[in-house]
Amino acid sequence: MAILTERASPGIRPRRPYQRLLNSEQGLGYLLLVPTVLILVVFLAYPFVFGLWLSLSSAELTDAGRFIGLGNFKFEFTIDRPFIQALTNTFLYTGVTTVFKLSLGMGMALLLNQSFPFQRFVRAAALLPWIIPTVLSTLAWKWMFDPTFSVVNWAAVHLHLVSYPGPNWFGSTTTALAALMIVNTWRGFPFFGVSILAGLQTIPVDLYEAARVDGASRWNQFTHITLPMLRPVLLVVLLLSTILTFADFQVPFVLTNGAPFNSTHVLATWAYQWGVPGGAIGLGAAISLVLFPLLAILVAATLVAVRRPD
Amino acid sequence: MATAVRGRGDVPLMDRAIGRWIRVYIPILVLLFITLFPFYWMVVTTFKSPSELFDFNQSPLFVRQPTLEHWKELFLHTNFPRWTLNTTIVAIASTAISLFCSILAGYSLARLRYRGAGAMGWGIFVTYLVPPTLLFLPLTFVIRSLHLFNNLLSLILTYPTFLIPFCTWLLIGYFKSIPRELEESAMVDGATRLQAMTRVVIPLALPGILSAGMFAFTLSWNEFLYALIFLNDSVAKTIPVGVTQEFIHGDDFFWGQLMAGALMGSVPVALLYSFFVDQFVSGLTAGAVKG
Repeated sequence: MAILTERASPGIRPRRPYQRLLNSEQGLGYLLLVPTVLILVVFLAYPFVFGLWLSLSSAELTDAGRFIGLGNFKFEFTIDRPFIQALTNTFLYTGVTTVFKLSLGMGMALLLNQSFPFQRFVRAAALLPWIIPTVLSTLAWKWMFDPTFSVVNWAAVHLHLVSYPGPNWFGSTTTALAALMIVNTWRGFPFFGVSILAGLQTIPVDLYEAARVDGASRWNQFTHITLPMLRPVLLVVLLLSTILTFADFQVPFVLTNGAPFNSTHVLATWAYQWGVPGGAIGLGAAISLVLFPLLAILVAATLVAVRRPD
Repeated sequence: MATAVRGRGDVPLMDRAIGRWIRVYIPILVLLFITLFPFYWMVVTTFKSPSELFDFNQSPLFVRQPTLEHWKELFLHTNFPRWTLNTTIVAIASTAISLFCSILAGYSLARLRYRGAGAMGWGIFVTYLVPPTLLFLPLTFVIRSLHLFNNLLSLILTYPTFLIPFCTWLLIGYFKSIPRELEESAMVDGATRLQAMTRVVIPLALPGILSAGMFAFTLSWNEFLYALIFLNDSVAKTIPVGVTQEFIHGDDFFWGQLMAGALMGSVPVALLYSFFVDQFVSGLTAGAVKG
């Protein structure tokens, strides 16, 4: 068989079934997707669907539980007080930090877009908070906000910004939430900064020159050229960051883990609290699924925003 | 007259210099202070003796009597070296799996025309946007039924779920930037499509593969939630979980050790990026900017 094919025509490719598969775009296309699809189905799609079932069940760590309809959701929305707080915290946390990350990131991008010495070093250093493991930098912040030995308070007292001893950061709900937002903003704004910077560098310089010839002020150039040209980048970065912040677990878990009195939980940490130490996996799954409707909307918006022109 | 003219010329020059300090240099210094101070604080903390750590009567910003005791403790009397090994194994293995899968998938989606390719591409992108927060509880059942608790395989197999979508998306862009003609001429010369892919397209996409690999490595090095839930044995933990769990006993925080561990856990990724910051920035924004 092999000899026959070879003899027939050395120029034309042999036509064994598996080679036909490898040479047809359709066959090869599907074949190359197999490993990816396999992993995503087993460890992503299946758990997602299974999570839907869990949220409707009384499952616990060691037993699969039984179907209880919307019982978990009913319990959360009517009885479980910290849940309602976690829900509002999640929105507050996402909303406030996104505003700050966007404005600080914009400032950082405009700043770094100018020429100055040590550009590479400055860019790398400014990006550091976003690169290193979140829980580890959050630990440093936890130490900086320590109830008795806070270096932040020490500095604020010495600069006469607050009176001694300064706020007990994790002692009240307001300051603890503020601390969460500070850390999340610190960690997240460099991502906005470098993305917006990359966007800035794609704006043609002659647009600004033309505007200057027409006598446009710096502010007018910003609102009429920079912002509109940045729109696609801003949209994608905003959506990605909102999704990630909305589902954030690491900063709230390490920094406060709900303290004081379960008042600073977000949905992710509250789901963990019930599901892992509490052992009520069904309830935990229901709590994390509360994230889903809004995430779905954000994801759909992202899909529209990143649609490639091809 | 002449002096007056020169004077008038000098003042704006001075003003320009001062203006540059106010508009550029000082804001940059402030930016660097904000982003770097926590790291400075970590470093200072690791060299302070326990009594100095809790002495705020003198400036806490400097170390008066440096000590290496926290570092010795970290490397000699904790499981930190073991966690470093675990984290490295997990990061390398899951990056390798993810690169393998996403090179194949990225090539398939970027180059081959077949029914459903577009839909598959979007499907993979959507999975990139599904946060682990939504999946970790049902995943514990999957991991238990596979008997993978306290086994690094639990992470090596689950991390690709967020690494593959990301890398695939990145690589699609790189593959598309390679001219189709190169591949076609190789095939005219008798190469099969698979050969064209492995000998022409993949070598040309190496920079893209490198940055995808770097991202994947960092993301798995930094991952916390799955590692927290799937690994309970002290010797099985990764750095982020070990450091946050084992250096805190009740209300006692061993800040010297905590900060030493946090620094050591950050150094590998920080080094990686200081060498590759430009590729990193372009890779990071490839999707967003090209839009």
